[in-house]
Amino acid sequence: MGLLNILKNDRGGQIMLGVLLVITILVPLLNLLVPESNPLHVPTYTVTLMGKYLTLALLAVAVDLVWGYLGILTLGHGAFFALGGYAMGMYLMRQIGDRGVYGNPELPDFMVFLNWQELPWFWQGFDQFWFAAIMIMLVPGVLAFVFGWLAFRSRVSGVYLSIITQAMTYALMLAFYRNEMGFGGNNGLTDFKDLLGFSLQEDSTRITLFVLSAVALAAGYLLCRHIMNSRLGRVCIAVRDSESRARFMGYRVENVKLWIFVISAMLAGIAGALYVPQVGIINPNEFSPINSIEIVVWVAVGGRATLYGAVIGALLINYAKTYFTAELPEIWLFALGGIFVLVTLLLPKGVTGFIDKLQQRKEAQA
Amino acid sequence: MSIITALEHVVDREHVYPFLVPKQAPTLDVSHKVLLYLEGISVSFDGFKAINDLNLYINDGELRCIIGPNGAGKTTMMDIITGKTRPDCGSAWFGQTIDLLAMDEPAIAQAGIGRKFQKPTVFEELSVWENLELAMADDRDVWSIFNARLNSEQSSMLLETIELIGLQENAKMPAGRLSHGQKQWLEIGMLLMQKPRLLLVDEPVAGMTHQEMDRTAELLISLAGRHSVVVVEHDMDFVRNLAGDDRTVTVLHQGSVLSEGRMSKVQQDPKVVEVYLGE
Ligand SMILES: Nc1ncnc2c1ncn2[C@@H]1O[C@H](COP(=O)(O)OP(=O)(O)O)[C@@H](O)[C@H]1O
Ligand SMILES: [Mg+2]
Repeated sequence: MGLLNILKNDRGGQIMLGVLLVITILVPLLNLLVPESNPLHVPTYTVTLMGKYLTLALLAVAVDLVWGYLGILTLGHGAFFALGGYAMGMYLMRQIGDRGVYGNPELPDFMVFLNWQELPWFWQGFDQFWFAAIMIMLVPGVLAFVFGWLAFRSRVSGVYLSIITQAMTYALMLAFYRNEMGFGGNNGLTDFKDLLGFSLQEDSTRITLFVLSAVALAAGYLLCRHIMNSRLGRVCIAVRDSESRARFMGYRVENVKLWIFVISAMLAGIAGALYVPQVGIINPNEFSPINSIEIVVWVAVGGRATLYGAVIGALLINYAKTYFTAELPEIWLFALGGIFVLVTLLLPKGVTGFIDKLQQRKEAQA
Repeated sequence: MSIITALEHVVDREHVYPFLVPKQAPTLDVSHKVLLYLEGISVSFDGFKAINDLNLYINDGELRCIIGPNGAGKTTMMDIITGKTRPDCGSAWFGQTIDLLAMDEPAIAQAGIGRKFQKPTVFEELSVWENLELAMADDRDVWSIFNARLNSEQSSMLLETIELIGLQENAKMPAGRLSHGQKQWLEIGMLLMQKPRLLLVDEPVAGMTHQEMDRTAELLISLAGRHSVVVVEHDMDFVRNLAGDDRTVTVLHQGSVLSEGRMSKVQQDPKVVEVYLGE
């Protein structure tokens, strides 16, 4: 079997995907079949929260692909995520139709409010789901291609590359804040009603979105693992560890980086597109530079260059974030910073690296 | 071009647009027996002339030893040939047709110039086998690497090479765990897998035992003929061993050729004696 073959030497991935499978089956059942009075009941709110975490885990996998395996410390992946989210948001806005406050069948509310007479050209086509689905991958992919083509060909790397990825997402944030851009300004896109005709308020839609997020995470994971199992994956590691040596062996390092970067950006776009209907809003804050830095922290905490570590890191930190922002909101940023410092000092290979080490020690003793 | 002819071109299905023709390095032409031409090359770093009007010709199939004290510019010369450093002036040709100064590192490597570094640089996290696999001559575009599968011919070539360098026991070991000498050998193996026409070998015996040195000399001599080999060393004994009585030795000093000829002749050269005794 092709799929099992991909996971052949990937015990962490087997465990992670196994747990994911169990959760994906169990959670909907516990939501639908167990009555609300029962303590085992999982409320729909929690299902959606978990679905949101899964999309962030996919985003972390995308970052691990380029940072863990290629050594490109991207601090701009939040931008690709947000662009995918906006593409989905535009489709959801068009789905509202004449049910908006102003009841305009063509124009979203914010355009009516701005006295616009017709739909801008770049909103054309977003009433079709297939078109939006293509844009969800195409827009982040094209931006990553243009950005990567310029940066990797001129051999920008290291800190400089990290800085320009930050600049990219920051510039996009400022642009999307502007009302004239036609993306709803600082309010962003919200008040979504339904997706492909299914109401977003319905439990069944929310559960479906959760399951789809799990499927997307699993598929994205398998794709990344498949790439890393190929010779291309070994070339990536070669580039990460000694870029010039790889060049002297005849590899076009810039092309390797470019294509992996594009794939990663498209995965981030898909993650963003699944995130938006579950949180119900997309606004320019998703582009803020701090978001992109946070993703890197998730990957560092989970353990770089393992892929499953990225998933674990994203889930751990986001669970902690939900907890802290509810209980002790003023502490969250300090807690995040503290976790990052502690992990870098004490667990240089992240949580998964630490577990590996414990196991090796146990095996050595046995 | 008028609109009509432009339209005719569009309609004409046989017409090939120049930008659609894949850029290909001209094929190697060694009809004049010379594989590498370096002429009038100079490089300076912050005003310091590391290479100074260097002229060097390597024949096809030749094994050439280049000696020179530390700082003579040996490594810099290799940097120029492999595209890492751009010279301030001069020209570098691979055969009659390939202009090395117009190409970047991967293009030069693909044209058939392989390089072994002074400091062994293997990919430490990859296994010995994987290091050799990556070095192996094969398609290098992203899609081909993604789809690459070893065919039986390639596997047997890998096996042969790994035996030749004596690392068959360590095939699955991460290259970072090899000893210094083993890394040197792995790098030579990687160079062979690349099947280059010209091998540039920078100080191959640094950190090797005497036994290993002899084996290395043997291997390099056996490579000459099929490949051209340029060996850079400052270890005189090793060079004497390698050059024998009938190979050309070039002495590099302060970035240019000080003396060139048979080992016995070069050793007598008063200029060489002065440089080496003055050291
Ligand atoms: N990138 C560089 N920047 C400045 N100086 C350099 C650089 N590369 C080499 N040099 C100088 O050029 C001279 C020749 O160096 P090199 O080619 O490494 O000598 P060799 O390999 O013969 O020992 C040395 O004096 C070295 O310090
Ligand atoms: Mg040197």
